[in-house]
Amino acid sequence: MLENVKRTRLDQALDAVNTAVLIIVILLIAYPLLFVVIASLSDPVAIYNDPLRLWPAKVNFESYKAVFDNKDIWQGFFNSILYTTIGTLVNIVMTTLAAYPLSRRDFYGKSAFTFYFVFTMFFSGGLIPSYLINKQLHLLDTFWVMVLPMAMSVYNAVIMRTYFQTNIPQELEESAHVDGCNDFQILYKIVLPLSVPIIAVLVLFYGVGHWNSYFHALVYLQTRDQFPLQLILREILVQNQFKDMVGATMVDERFSERMAVMEGIKYAVVIVSSLPLLVIYPMMSRFFKKGILIGSLKG
Amino acid sequence: MRQQAIVGRPQPDNRPLPKRGRLHEAKRKLKKNWMLYVIIFPPVVYFLIWHYWPLYGVQIAFKDFMPARGIMASPWIGFDHFERYFNSFYFWRLIKNTVGISLYGLLVGIPLPILLALMFHELRFKRLRGLAQTISYAPNFISVVVAGGIILFFIRPETGVLNAIVKAFGGESINFLAEAKYFWHIVVWSDVWQGVGWGSLIYFAAMSGISPDQYEAAYLDGANKLQRIWNVTLPNILPTIVIISILSMGNILNVGFEKILLLQTGTNASASEVISTYVYKSGIQGAQYSFSAAIGLFNNVVTFILLILVNAFARRVGNTSLW
Repeated sequence: MLENVKRTRLDQALDAVNTAVLIIVILLIAYPLLFVVIASLSDPVAIYNDPLRLWPAKVNFESYKAVFDNKDIWQGFFNSILYTTIGTLVNIVMTTLAAYPLSRRDFYGKSAFTFYFVFTMFFSGGLIPSYLINKQLHLLDTFWVMVLPMAMSVYNAVIMRTYFQTNIPQELEESAHVDGCNDFQILYKIVLPLSVPIIAVLVLFYGVGHWNSYFHALVYLQTRDQFPLQLILREILVQNQFKDMVGATMVDERFSERMAVMEGIKYAVVIVSSLPLLVIYPMMSRFFKKGILIGSLKG
Repeated sequence: MRQQAIVGRPQPDNRPLPKRGRLHEAKRKLKKNWMLYVIIFPPVVYFLIWHYWPLYGVQIAFKDFMPARGIMASPWIGFDHFERYFNSFYFWRLIKNTVGISLYGLLVGIPLPILLALMFHELRFKRLRGLAQTISYAPNFISVVVAGGIILFFIRPETGVLNAIVKAFGGESINFLAEAKYFWHIVVWSDVWQGVGWGSLIYFAAMSGISPDQYEAAYLDGANKLQRIWNVTLPNILPTIVIISILSMGNILNVGFEKILLLQTGTNASASEVISTYVYKSGIQGAQYSFSAAIGLFNNVVTFILLILVNAFARRVGNTSLW
């Protein structure tokens, strides 16, 4: 990139092509999301018969009403919020506890601990042994199986450690030490307040991970009341199962119309389930670049 | 980079301390920072229980695991499960699908984010760039289940968006999901949709870090835009490309199976059954713990070896490596 130089004809042509192609690519990436928004606000039958629209057809909120009337979705939403908040809290605490000592130059045994953590990134027991161990711990089908087995990720701990090392002056910690702070007080009173950007990024990464995961719950949970939203979504979106949902909205109509209403509910449920992310995403996006930049600097 | 770091560091005192002195020294350091060990204790315990204990449990791959007797007391049977796996008719199908989807994914999934990052980097309108980047990251934050749902909105027969387009051009409606030949494309290109923007971020960050002096020098030497991209931008981001590629090559057997599991149907199974979905079905659903653990272990060992090989190759050829 050069900003203030005379561009040749070729350069100008390239810039024009680049801008045009980029706009098309971005529209292609955005279209599926846009389509769901449009479809969810449309009359289900109209969108079912003609999905190629750039504006909602006969705007109505019937699909949303059907979603909000459904007990399973509320329960799932509530469960997911619980798993996500508690899970993320545990993640942040554990990641900090691992990252801080590793960031200290005078921590004796640092490389041994690092190896102990990093080794698990490259070699793991796999699904079945983990399953058997959670079973042996009597965690199957409990709240804690959604939190404890994923208490932290090594990758994020490495990101955090690198942040501590590069963004917090060593002198600050040393002078606090001289003033009589112990290691825990240094972490709590000096390091953490200076680490808001990295904590924000990790909250986003961990939080999105908890909110979005379905496979873990699929393996470890059996009671329907405990299902996170993603498992309920799986039934609706992929397996086409609507418990008491269609009966409530449709009484005596033809099959294809009933199908159309089901599809309308699917669009609305996608939007509703993504709402928390839509709220958090813009708030966090200013931290992204920083977070990923730190992540790419391996230590 | 590693080399320089080692040269630049002051040489440590290599004289061996007397044995008692060294022990004393270690004791002193442990005592001085004892609280750091308290702090790191919870993560250590977590990894012991949920990462190292399963590693120990991997031994059931060589045993005939009986739930009533537990991991320890179940009888050893050697490599029986592995033999059964290698000799089964679906072995080659699993390998073919897993490696095929992975390689196809790498083939488009490595270059496209680089290309997108280049396009962002060359874009002259800052505001448009910011907006375009934000939009391009968004699909990355959608859950697999929702992504699967959106894929189905697009590919379902008759009323899906793709079929509406096909029909608008006078074609016949296609049942994309039911036919095995479309499965790999569906999986790979929906991954591109979700990941290309987010994937470009790391390259874009690397490009932003290139000093403008290099571009100016190239410009003064008469290089046009393409030449500047080829001779300045690309060499500068090469280490990033290598690292990302090593990591993805190492994961060839760990294809993103959550989406595959969702989109799998009876009719497309010949193209969609991969190792991880098979482990889940036979192990968790079918309760064949030992057999599935053996398949999982085979997967891990191959992944580990691949990672080491690719890393060694990159170190020799490109002077970049993970460790």
